[in-house]
Amino acid sequence: MLKFRLEERTKSPYWLIILSPFIAILVAIILAGILIVLAGANPFESYYQLIIGAFGSKNSFAETLARATPIILTGLAASIAFKAKFWNIGAEGQLYFGALATTFFGTGLIVLPSTLMIPFLFVMGALAGGLLLLPLVLLKLYYKVDEVVTTLLLNFVVVLLVSYLLEGPWKDPMSLGWPQGKSVIDEGVLPQVLSKTRLHLGFIISVFLAFSVWFILSKTVIGYRIKSVGLNASAASHAGVPIFKTVLIVAILSGGMAGMAGVTETAGLKGYLTLDLSPGFGYAGIAVAMLANLNPIGVIFSGIFLASIYVGADAMSRAMNVPTYLADVIVALTVLCILLSLVFVHYRVLFFGAKKDD
Amino acid sequence: MIEFIEIIFTAGFWAATIRIACPLILATIGEVLCERAGVLNLGIEGIMSIGAMVGWMTVYLGADLYTGILAALVIGGIFGLLHAVFTVYLGASQHVTGIGITMLASSLGFFCFKLILPASTTPPKIKPFQPIDIPFLSELPFLGPAFFQHTPFTYLAILVVVFAFWLMNSTPLGLSIKMAGENPMALEAQGIDVFLVRTIAVVLGSALMAVGGAYLTLSAFDAFYFGMINGRGWIAIALVIFASWKPERALIGALLFAGLDAYQVRAQQLAGAIIPYQFFLMLPFLLSIVAMVIAAKRTRYPKALLIPFRRGERH
Amino acid sequence: MTALLKVEKITKKFGDFYANNKISFDVKTSEVLAILGENGAGKTTLMNILFGHYTPDTGNVYFEGNAIEFGNTSYAIKLGIGMVHQHFTLAENLTVLENIIIGRQSIFSLSLPKRHARTKILELSKKFGLAIDPDELVANLSVSEKQRIEILKTLFLDCKLLILDEPTAALTPQETDALFSTIRNMVKAGLSVILISHKLNEILAVSDRIIVLRNGSSVGETDTNSANREEIAEMIVGKKIDYPQKTKISRKSMILSLLDISYNKTDAPNLSAINLNLYGGQILGIAGVAGNGQTTLAKILSGHLKATRGKIIFEGAGNVLVSPKTFMDLGVAYIPEDRNSDGIVGDMEIWENAIMTEMDDRFFRNSLGIINRKASFDRSKELCETYDVRMQSIRQRSRLLSGGNVQKLLLGRWLMRKPKIIIACQPTRGLDEGAIASIQKLLLAAQRNGSAIVLISEDLDELLSMSDDIAVMYKGSLSNSIKTSTTDKLSIGLQMAGEGF
Repeated sequence: MLKFRLEERTKSPYWLIILSPFIAILVAIILAGILIVLAGANPFESYYQLIIGAFGSKNSFAETLARATPIILTGLAASIAFKAKFWNIGAEGQLYFGALATTFFGTGLIVLPSTLMIPFLFVMGALAGGLLLLPLVLLKLYYKVDEVVTTLLLNFVVVLLVSYLLEGPWKDPMSLGWPQGKSVIDEGVLPQVLSKTRLHLGFIISVFLAFSVWFILSKTVIGYRIKSVGLNASAASHAGVPIFKTVLIVAILSGGMAGMAGVTETAGLKGYLTLDLSPGFGYAGIAVAMLANLNPIGVIFSGIFLASIYVGADAMSRAMNVPTYLADVIVALTVLCILLSLVFVHYRVLFFGAKKDD
Repeated sequence: MIEFIEIIFTAGFWAATIRIACPLILATIGEVLCERAGVLNLGIEGIMSIGAMVGWMTVYLGADLYTGILAALVIGGIFGLLHAVFTVYLGASQHVTGIGITMLASSLGFFCFKLILPASTTPPKIKPFQPIDIPFLSELPFLGPAFFQHTPFTYLAILVVVFAFWLMNSTPLGLSIKMAGENPMALEAQGIDVFLVRTIAVVLGSALMAVGGAYLTLSAFDAFYFGMINGRGWIAIALVIFASWKPERALIGALLFAGLDAYQVRAQQLAGAIIPYQFFLMLPFLLSIVAMVIAAKRTRYPKALLIPFRRGERH
Repeated sequence: MTALLKVEKITKKFGDFYANNKISFDVKTSEVLAILGENGAGKTTLMNILFGHYTPDTGNVYFEGNAIEFGNTSYAIKLGIGMVHQHFTLAENLTVLENIIIGRQSIFSLSLPKRHARTKILELSKKFGLAIDPDELVANLSVSEKQRIEILKTLFLDCKLLILDEPTAALTPQETDALFSTIRNMVKAGLSVILISHKLNEILAVSDRIIVLRNGSSVGETDTNSANREEIAEMIVGKKIDYPQKTKISRKSMILSLLDISYNKTDAPNLSAINLNLYGGQILGIAGVAGNGQTTLAKILSGHLKATRGKIIFEGAGNVLVSPKTFMDLGVAYIPEDRNSDGIVGDMEIWENAIMTEMDDRFFRNSLGIINRKASFDRSKELCETYDVRMQSIRQRSRLLSGGNVQKLLLGRWLMRKPKIIIACQPTRGLDEGAIASIQKLLLAAQRNGSAIVLISEDLDELLSMSDDIAVMYKGSLSNSIKTSTTDKLSIGLQMAGEGF
């Protein structure tokens, strides 16, 4: 029987590191192409439609970048957390919490000039996202309650809370019965950056935040500590790295990024809170982070890539009659292919058969 | 206030408890098998979803109900195998693989559903499993309608608990699974293939998860719709911890949990005017978190959980 | 006498490194063959090849005249080769019986013949003097009891050749004697034993023949009867080791004392009412079988655990906030026993590990928290030069360092801080002789500079040669310390087994 063994590479070749995400994407696209064929469409034509749908015009390009905005932020949320091996899968809930904060503070409770109002809303959104994560971090640190499950479960709780608020006390009386929140005041609305499109300031902010996170992670003591805690928490603790404080900072940063995604969606794209504000941006963030190998700068590009799949798939679906769920399939396949490629980047596969009798 | 207590004394409450518990029991036992062997399976939510879809679709396309269960079993096993190839043979991150499997299984399920039934706005229905009365026992007052007038699928789910209990405690495979999750080197040293044992556990466990999903479309309801798993998989993962990785305790945990859920549905009807329904719907998720906190003190995770086993590695 | 096992020119490479290079030898029936060599000489790799964990690159092995199939543990077991690893391969969540019978049937078999197995285990344990309760959970057993299960496991399989890898590493001298009498019983019953060790005295006491390995090659073979101690010692090391010399240091003032320190929580072995005084320039050795609370004590001394009762007094001050950070700032250095999982962050670069303890120092960062790379690099280079950490570059991943260099890096990191107290847990375990000597020299130098050192070790030879005073830990209690010069191995061994507690 053919057997194999993985041998760790002492040094991975650079070309392999750089090329691997592209190969992974390619494989995912080929696999999804099989599904397109099953759906009775021409895969080349379909992918052409997808690309046109995502980048074909100023409008679609702007739409892709607008869609990338929250995904970049949730991608950053996942990157920071996963770097420290803190498995925050709750970006979806934190995003909604950020959106709740935006609605609470941004619909008239506080009125500031635009230059202050927008930063204020971002800070409040980040705080809300971070605060939602805080009790779960404390449960993990004090009682060792697994954060994967608690963050996942809390997503459902938050969405129900939003549903309650939108059908009850926070419902906009002007919305003709739709469950949606009041509109964000003009001072708080994120301005367009490209006229006659939906691309708003949030995109610039998310790119700026990606660079900030990169700086924090690679140049500062905090980033250094996050890395050490993620790679070997016990050794870090024995060298005097404050684990508790570091994990707390990770949670606040990670939850904060996701919370800000709620701000960009509420104050940027829609102008008000709805129950379908996020079609799974929180989960998409995990894919984005993995695709970028947890590198914050990489998150910008992988975020745009994912957004283009989502935006393009809508157009492709209309033109080719392939269900839009194909976009989710491509994203899922990308995650798995990336994992596969990471194995091959870090390990060499050695095959050996049973010894022959000779 | 007396109405709130009376709920517990209705047969309907107990029957509902069992109905709600079944998918959780199957999924929780499935996850117990995986984790006992040292593999966290976060694919559970997606595997339940595609199990629900495939089981339902098989029946919708003309097969009988038992074939539907079998189809779910097979598709669950296939995704389990995928998970095992990644996490067991290649040693990839169990967290990320699981999330990836959940994303893939659910989106693929939705994609195929839409492909086969493109135009349906109202979900089509099938004729699901019907309750069968167990002779004599079903005629008992109260106990009969509460416990002995369920669908065959329900009895099957209970049988799975017995099977899992027997497997884990009285067979070499069960013993090997427990060892694979505790000290895989020990298993290897006794001449047993750790990869194989872990793979069997993950495939079997994933198949049970998919069957748990199929319970929803073949026994509890009669249609498939998007988002119908609604966090049940994640709740099952919490239940595994609550159950200390033991099948028999998974049964008790799932029943306890389902009882609270059945109770809240009925209490909601009584108190719906005062307390918004969303808060009742939150309860299962909050209770799961509470259950994990309660269990945290005595929790003893399988020691090799999350740790990939690499053969021939220098130690 | 016929050869039971014949090994021919076995070679095994890991990357460019020859773990085994053309090794040949044989084992006769009813014989104890000792394989001697330093850590890293290739003993464990060789045994893993015999037992089917590894596949060699070239070479053959014959068992009872038949060539064996490599890379297949179950095949080795079937032939009658049994192995007791240095790190036990037992599942703690299962019973003794379950650990022994697993693997006897196909995993697809539908039943577990427990009753029959229990009878056989009880018979074997009587025959070879290995007392054990088959239905006890392994988690509740002591180190020597676990070793008994490991031996029973192989006997249960009717093994003809038993490989014991460093079996005495964690035993008291008395337990070692008991093990040797079991080995003699086995040889009398017709079994053969391969004993792997680096302890020369023990080998001379129990073996019939000796093979010495060095750097992956076989460098000598002799009958034990005609063996010359000094010659073998030199064969093992290959060169003369400059062993550290302990000098007499005058004791300075008291730095630390523990008053009635107790710990009773479930997350670590408990301690009861421990009293201890520590003086500058003193090395206090703490002996004991692993798991008797030494690690808990080390963690309390370094601020990683908070005692549930009792007082720690630092240079007269009794109210110290318990945290690793405050203890570090008070001058405590802690060398954890598992340097790979608790000491070094293997996937970070050497410089990152070298400055990990200094991250609050403004010399290495500015007020915004931005790391000063230049200062950090300089410091790391200085550290590596001062303490002889051999590496290619400080930008190299730390996991590529050898065990000795990792330990020098970790110890050096603390010594740069001029610690007042050094808590060293098993600081030389698993290192080769040269590295052991360097680590011991560093510790002795620190002592001369006035540091107080708590040396926790299972190696009695090391404790006796390094410490000024020795105390023994047993089931969470610490004996009064006595002058090293007034005690010996045997009486410490008795204490380790619980006498006097």
